[in-house]
Amino acid sequence: MNIINLSNDFDADFVHRVEEESGQKVSLCYQCGNCTAGCPYTFAYDIPVSQIMRLLQAGQKKTILSCKSLWLCATCESCTTRCPNNIDVARIMDVLRHMARREGRAAIPHIKTFWDVFLDSVRAHGRVFELGLTAGYVTKTGRFWTDIELGPKIFPKGKLSLTPHDIQGREHVARIFERFERESNS
Amino acid sequence: MSESIAYYPGCSGLGTSKEYDASTRAVCEAVGLDLVDIPDWSCCGSTPAHTKDHTLSAALSARNLQLVSGMGLNLAITPCPSCLTNLRTANHRMENAGFGEKVNKLLDEPYAGGVDAQSVIQALVEIVGLDNLAAAVRTPLTGLKVACYYGCIMNRPPEVMAFDDCENPMAMDNILTAMGATVLPFPLKVECCGASYGMPRPDVVARLTGKLLDAARDLGADMIAVACPLCQMNLDLRQGQVNRILGTNYRIPVPYFTQLMGVALNIAEAQLGFGKLCIDPRPVLSKALANAGSQAKGA
Repeated sequence: MNIINLSNDFDADFVHRVEEESGQKVSLCYQCGNCTAGCPYTFAYDIPVSQIMRLLQAGQKKTILSCKSLWLCATCESCTTRCPNNIDVARIMDVLRHMARREGRAAIPHIKTFWDVFLDSVRAHGRVFELGLTAGYVTKTGRFWTDIELGPKIFPKGKLSLTPHDIQGREHVARIFERFERESNS
Repeated sequence: MSESIAYYPGCSGLGTSKEYDASTRAVCEAVGLDLVDIPDWSCCGSTPAHTKDHTLSAALSARNLQLVSGMGLNLAITPCPSCLTNLRTANHRMENAGFGEKVNKLLDEPYAGGVDAQSVIQALVEIVGLDNLAAAVRTPLTGLKVACYYGCIMNRPPEVMAFDDCENPMAMDNILTAMGATVLPFPLKVECCGASYGMPRPDVVARLTGKLLDAARDLGADMIAVACPLCQMNLDLRQGQVNRILGTNYRIPVPYFTQLMGVALNIAEAQLGFGKLCIDPRPVLSKALANAGSQAKGA
């Protein structure tokens, strides 16, 4: 068991920001454990979701923002759907990821890379280019063996386009990203 | 013929789920839903956008909702649950004026609200209706044992999705029952398949998808009917990978529910794209229908 010295490292500002960005009241969690019981990813998490909620109540910013669980949550909405106190737990997990990103933390870097490459594709083409996403992920992570066995299964089906489906208004989509970055940096 | 409905295929509809898009269009036409493509629609941002920022995510979806407004329509339907959840979440959160304003600052054309986004399943049940669907059946799927798998976000969270039961959805079960199939009570209808972790964490997908395949086989299902391109990919394209990682030997076809509807509605096979699936459901399908036919003759 980890011992936490609350008088030393309770980060009240962190709790306040999570509540503000998620619109949720973290003190409502009474640790019933329903979220963890239903979470399909508990087996893969380093910290189960109910414990993240408890650490959040205790203002443990560093522990939370550097945990792997944040990058394994698939937003399946099981926790949110089953919380007896109507806490949108999945939204809190999303907000914690946003904060981890802003602090330059990504405990599982290649999952962040996968998401980033996806968004780069949307920004460039207006729609995601599936084959380009795979190629971009493999190149950026150096994981050249990724899904190599699936190639012979999927290619003969004639589903994967070799070129992106650029939309006419792709500059509109690119501008959404540009304005977002400007707003975030202001 | 109902009023026109805006149609949002989603990016995978142009690629890995071409057969879902094609069969959805064919089924909607057959049952009198008039779909109009949203001109120059863009990606909703899917999971990667909402894991980065909620304003960015809502803006990527709202661009499309605004395009629907521009078409003079107030309902958009999509076959993909990930698109659906993003479109509906954008609507839901933009009801908050402060948030809506932040989102609109990112857009060329602001979105003023007023466009509802629904699943194809919801439109089939609520606009066409189960009775009319049943009346349109030409080749009942008699004898076909199906497990209906909805995926995790088709109906969750209920405050946002606002359709069907969030723990035990029945809409797809009811549709395929109306098509004449024997729908089995599948207990893992809304359990997550591993979502988009197939590429970065195939071990995680193997475990979660493996549970679904295991439960379907234990139930004696001939096939698993799905409504999500990502679930379909994990269950079908990755089924061999799951077998390798878990040491199992599943071989269960995983068609889209719209493909099965297409068979029941006598839609030309060329429009249904069964050949695009990794495990071809047609042999099992023919066998089940033939068995039912010979039993009916014998009776």
